[in-house]
Amino acid sequence: MAIEFELNGETVSLEVDPAMPLLWAIRDIAGLTGTKYGCGKALCGSCVVHINGQPMRSCVTPSAAAAGGVVTTIEGLSEDGSHPVQVAWRELNVAQCGYCQSGQIMSAAALLERSPNPSDDEIDAAMSGNICRCGTYNRIRKAIHKVAEDQS
Amino acid sequence: MSELRKISRREFMKRTGQAGGGLVFALSFASACQPEQQAVGPAAKAAASVAPNVYVNLRNDGIVEIYCHRSEMGQGIRTSLPQVIADELEADWDKIKVIQAIGHEKYGDQNTDGSTSIRQHFDLLRNAGATARDMMIAAAASLWGVPAEECVAREHAVHHEASGQSAGFGDLVDTAIGMPQPEKANFKDRKDYRYIGKPMDTIDGMAFTTGGAMYGTDTVLPNMLYASIERCPAFGGKVVSFDDAAAREVAGVVDVIRMPDPTAPLVFNVLGGVAVLADNTWSAETGRKALQIEWDRGANAEHQSDTYKEALIASASAPGTTVLNRGDADIETASEFEAVYYAPYLAQAPMEPPAATARVNEDGTCEVWACTQDPQTARDVVAGTLGLDKEQVIINVTLLGGGFGRKSKPDFIAEAAWLARETGRPVKVTWTREDDIRHGYLHSVSAQYFKAGMDEDGKTASWVQRTSFPSIASTFAPGVKGPSGFELDLGLLDSPWHVPNMRIETCEALAHVRIGWLRSVCNVFHAFGACSFVDELAHVKGMDPKEHLLEMIGPARKINPKDDGGEYTNYAQDLEKHPIDTGRLAAVAEKVAEMAGWGRELPEGRGLGIAVHRSFLSYTGAVAEVSVDENGKLVVHEMWTCIDAGTVVNPDRVVSQMEGAGIFGMSIALHGELTARNGGIVEGNFDSYPVVRMSEAPAAIHCHIMESDAPPGGVGEPGVPPVAPAIVNAYFAASGKRIRELPLRNAGLA
Repeated sequence: MAIEFELNGETVSLEVDPAMPLLWAIRDIAGLTGTKYGCGKALCGSCVVHINGQPMRSCVTPSAAAAGGVVTTIEGLSEDGSHPVQVAWRELNVAQCGYCQSGQIMSAAALLERSPNPSDDEIDAAMSGNICRCGTYNRIRKAIHKVAEDQS
Repeated sequence: MSELRKISRREFMKRTGQAGGGLVFALSFASACQPEQQAVGPAAKAAASVAPNVYVNLRNDGIVEIYCHRSEMGQGIRTSLPQVIADELEADWDKIKVIQAIGHEKYGDQNTDGSTSIRQHFDLLRNAGATARDMMIAAAASLWGVPAEECVAREHAVHHEASGQSAGFGDLVDTAIGMPQPEKANFKDRKDYRYIGKPMDTIDGMAFTTGGAMYGTDTVLPNMLYASIERCPAFGGKVVSFDDAAAREVAGVVDVIRMPDPTAPLVFNVLGGVAVLADNTWSAETGRKALQIEWDRGANAEHQSDTYKEALIASASAPGTTVLNRGDADIETASEFEAVYYAPYLAQAPMEPPAATARVNEDGTCEVWACTQDPQTARDVVAGTLGLDKEQVIINVTLLGGGFGRKSKPDFIAEAAWLARETGRPVKVTWTREDDIRHGYLHSVSAQYFKAGMDEDGKTASWVQRTSFPSIASTFAPGVKGPSGFELDLGLLDSPWHVPNMRIETCEALAHVRIGWLRSVCNVFHAFGACSFVDELAHVKGMDPKEHLLEMIGPARKINPKDDGGEYTNYAQDLEKHPIDTGRLAAVAEKVAEMAGWGRELPEGRGLGIAVHRSFLSYTGAVAEVSVDENGKLVVHEMWTCIDAGTVVNPDRVVSQMEGAGIFGMSIALHGELTARNGGIVEGNFDSYPVVRMSEAPAAIHCHIMESDAPPGGVGEPGVPPVAPAIVNAYFAASGKRIRELPLRNAGLA
């Protein structure tokens, strides 16, 4: 069956099994590969997208849950990489291999949306679902604080 | 960007029935300002150009294409490699275009492993840039009819001061075409470096932050099948029979194929099992779950971690084979102290699991896109798997979502190539996280025995050390019975301790899984054992651990293990050029202790621990500050690290590697453990194989890079070994309790 939703500002209609995790619908059917697979069990956060503004693990979210909703992936966070989180990530050279960073950025953007000046504890709570095996956590913390400072 | 992205876009349009529109707009912008990730052939070179060597191609539009022949897995080589070439070339940074090279012997060594990219290629890369610079100078001199010696290259142009003439590199290309290729050129003075030693921004920064970066998992080819493979739980086991009726019923499943059975030694060959192929990943994985397979678990079916651990400790506790001997380690001393340390199997667990896409063309050639650390070996393995000449195989190297040693084993690439030929369609194989944890090349389990004898003055007079672990060599050859070859170089034969009587022995251990290498390899457990034991000795002697560490390192001197019979190969480098220099090791210990404020007053229940280690020709140290929280869990509050890697190219990437090594080492200390049961691995995902998360990360990981004009040492791996012992030593300082087994999770501390 076709599942219709808004993906990065465009209405799409995807022919998928409603049980197919949104991650695979986005990657394999819609062809947007910026959202990553890391665990398939909501353990690592590489697959975080925004559904109706909320950060969600697309690897365990059935496609059906997106029906009629608004989905934003890393490709749609900004048109030109100019979202403050993306800018801060580049300024601090946060990424090493980069693979988990789509999910990190989407989680951080959602955090800053609801808490524009988060404490370290808030950052830890919001970001601990996102694993970075390269170990960029300290730069991620700094980058989130930088966004908060630049915008205040 | 590459052909891949365009195909992906077309495929998307076809699949969704969209005539066009803006849905993939984000992809195209990201590529417009980013370097190429995929190799391109001559057809892609629109402008006229001249290539003084295989690493540099100067175009007449002024762009300088630099071929990165090393794999990018987070160490920043796609930035630091062009830094070196562009510096010698005198090229402007914004006119550099980085192209990822395919796997080909014309590039020399491409195995991105052993922290070799800078340390073994620094002079080669400098020469690549310098000869290109000389070619531009020769072209200008010829154009102007002046002696080349009177011309200088500066800021992407050649200048002749006497005549006031200047010409940009792009304008000299047409003249340079056909000119002889210079083989050797003089290098710049260190003081004239423009990029080497500077913290240049990551060249892939835009792609990394916009979803435009293309990894092994991201390849999409027309008509491609997605494969998921069920493999035998025990290493080396085989399929007896299987029922795929239910799997074939799953919507989207196209085929089910039995993989070739594995044969020992397993090397990089396919691991057998049953593959489910579908028109999307989800259907392939769903179909795979519906398979019914009867396994013959094979020769390793009785392998259990608990009994193996006992056997390993027993092996290390009895005399083995002497591999280094100095003086008489059995001399009578005033007192003795001994201890045994144990560390378990580990998985590399890069965030991107192994993934590869292969296409077998009508002419029989095979083209691959894969996240490989070692594209030339991948090429050989694919050629061997398909019975092709390697000239018939093209390996395109994608970005790697982490490597840590896992992706230098191209078994997953062989799977994709084999399935592509069987199906006649392009196939992408993506390992699940469970596949990655359960069917990988395991970092070896190990037991280490130490005995020290102290003289009347309390100085360490004798040292006996035994190591026991199943060898990496067992993956490649039959009959390997324990530690062997280069493994002895990794923190064993290069023991830095100033002890007059020393004997090092290796003890038998048979392998029952595929043993492989993980970031810093045997240095992980050798440093854990040695740096823990040295710390224990400090307390036995009633000394400050840092002062004792310096005493054990002893006076500044250069060690040659061969003087004591050790067959040492020094990471394939000359000991004259890269000595084992205890002065540099001691300097790192002093510096990292100073950074941490060693000796300062600490609140009750807090402790500092220190460890230092030389590996991959670099010297590193770590100090950790820890306490135990109200729930009994270890908290690492802060970490200080120091590295002497000789000459460094990009200090920001060196610091980032040290920060990452701090977290990676913490995961080893606190969490990492794979358990074998009936020949298979029990753990499967990040719930049972936890790694450090943001909530556990220290408030800060500081790093100091020692100023040095020594030749470059490794950077990616050397930061890891001192971390686990620094944490364990800090825990002792905080609690008075000594932990001799990793991970600390098993002591309830994580």
